[in-house]
Amino acid sequence: MRKAATQARRSALTLAAFAATATLLLAGTWLATHQQVAANEAATRAALLAQALPAGSFDNNLAASAVPLPAAIAQQLAQRDAANIYLARQHGQLSGVVLEAAAPNGYGGRIELLVGIARNGTVQGVRVVSHRETPGLGDYIDLAVSPWARQFAGKPADSHWAVKKDGGDTDYVSGATISARAVSAAVARCSDYYRTAQARLLQGQP
Amino acid sequence: MSNTPSVWQDISRKGLWQQNPGLVQLLGLCPVLAISNNVVNALALGLATTLVTALSSATVSSVRHWVPHDIRNPVFIMIIASLVTCVDLAMNAWLHELYLVLGIFIPLITTNCIVMARAEAFASRQPVREAAWDGTMMGLGLTGVLVALGALRELLGKGTLLAGADKLLGPAGQQLTLQLAGPDYQFLLMLLPPGAFLGLALLIAGKNVLDARARQRAAAAANLAPHAEASPAP
Repeated sequence: MRKAATQARRSALTLAAFAATATLLLAGTWLATHQQVAANEAATRAALLAQALPAGSFDNNLAASAVPLPAAIAQQLAQRDAANIYLARQHGQLSGVVLEAAAPNGYGGRIELLVGIARNGTVQGVRVVSHRETPGLGDYIDLAVSPWARQFAGKPADSHWAVKKDGGDTDYVSGATISARAVSAAVARCSDYYRTAQARLLQGQP
Repeated sequence: MSNTPSVWQDISRKGLWQQNPGLVQLLGLCPVLAISNNVVNALALGLATTLVTALSSATVSSVRHWVPHDIRNPVFIMIIASLVTCVDLAMNAWLHELYLVLGIFIPLITTNCIVMARAEAFASRQPVREAAWDGTMMGLGLTGVLVALGALRELLGKGTLLAGADKLLGPAGQQLTLQLAGPDYQFLLMLLPPGAFLGLALLIAGKNVLDARARQRAAAAANLAPHAEASPAP
């Protein structure tokens, strides 16, 4: 009995010692990397943001131009309570907007998007910020994987946003239609929002 | 075990061929099936797994005298999970491009049975250098299977080889991509999970054929001696 208790105590102490060492190792690695990781993520986001509108179509700092969308519109475009709109300006005039949007109905869940729309309502760029589509199949929506997302550039507001299979204009990869359908529908919602809110947005009011 | 050079050779031969984790032990099938739809992802995940297996085997081996037998599994799991998290954080910080591609799969290395299996079966009983070598060779054996399966599936499924090599090697990698079929060519079965099962079955069958042929040749070389394999044991 006594021997078993001693052994159990020894095991528990060893395990605790290993857990403490592992914690120290992880904490050290996190401290060494977290600033770099945060900088990388900010840089990736800023790069995506700049790609959503054509280079040279704005001269302000896009990342700093964020204005929160009203809760009802954030809910409609991004299915969450808070989302931003970025107001691009050229010589002080509104030249376009970038919307934080989301498609809730991707094959693997939410697809977070940035949708850039020029002042006249044409869609300029669609970039996937994060997604969980099937690797090697549905991930073609990501520009890092395939140029699929470029097809939205220059599409006017009255385009047929649906995928070709559903009678629209959007290309898709067979076997992974759900991903393309979800992104197209999200882009359509952004385009509709811009059309209805254009007059207000020109005053800087989302 | 007295003849030192042959120990290293023996470990390499076992890891790369005789006990290949992908073809013989059939361990770590989750990443083998999920990531092997193109060569670049397969290679990158294979190398990351090799790094983790080597590190974890060396660590497990160096602490083996202090770990009581009955709590060795929780300790090994803790070591492996910590190492994977460190590799995950380090890649996120210093290899961010690659991390964006492989991000979801790096944490999954923890659940890859081959890492745990080598810790339990080899590293917990052997000196540090042998254990590290064993981890490296087992990892490379798995990488070989992943790359072969990735090449097979990418070729049959999409008609390309090394698509997306620029993610691994920078812009120069783009020229490595081989387009061997029309851009519209697609054979979905090979890209989806069933293709991984079929491809893996073909690779295992191929290895068995090669092994059988090698045995036959060995038997023929020992020609007049009675067939050790054919005659039933007394």
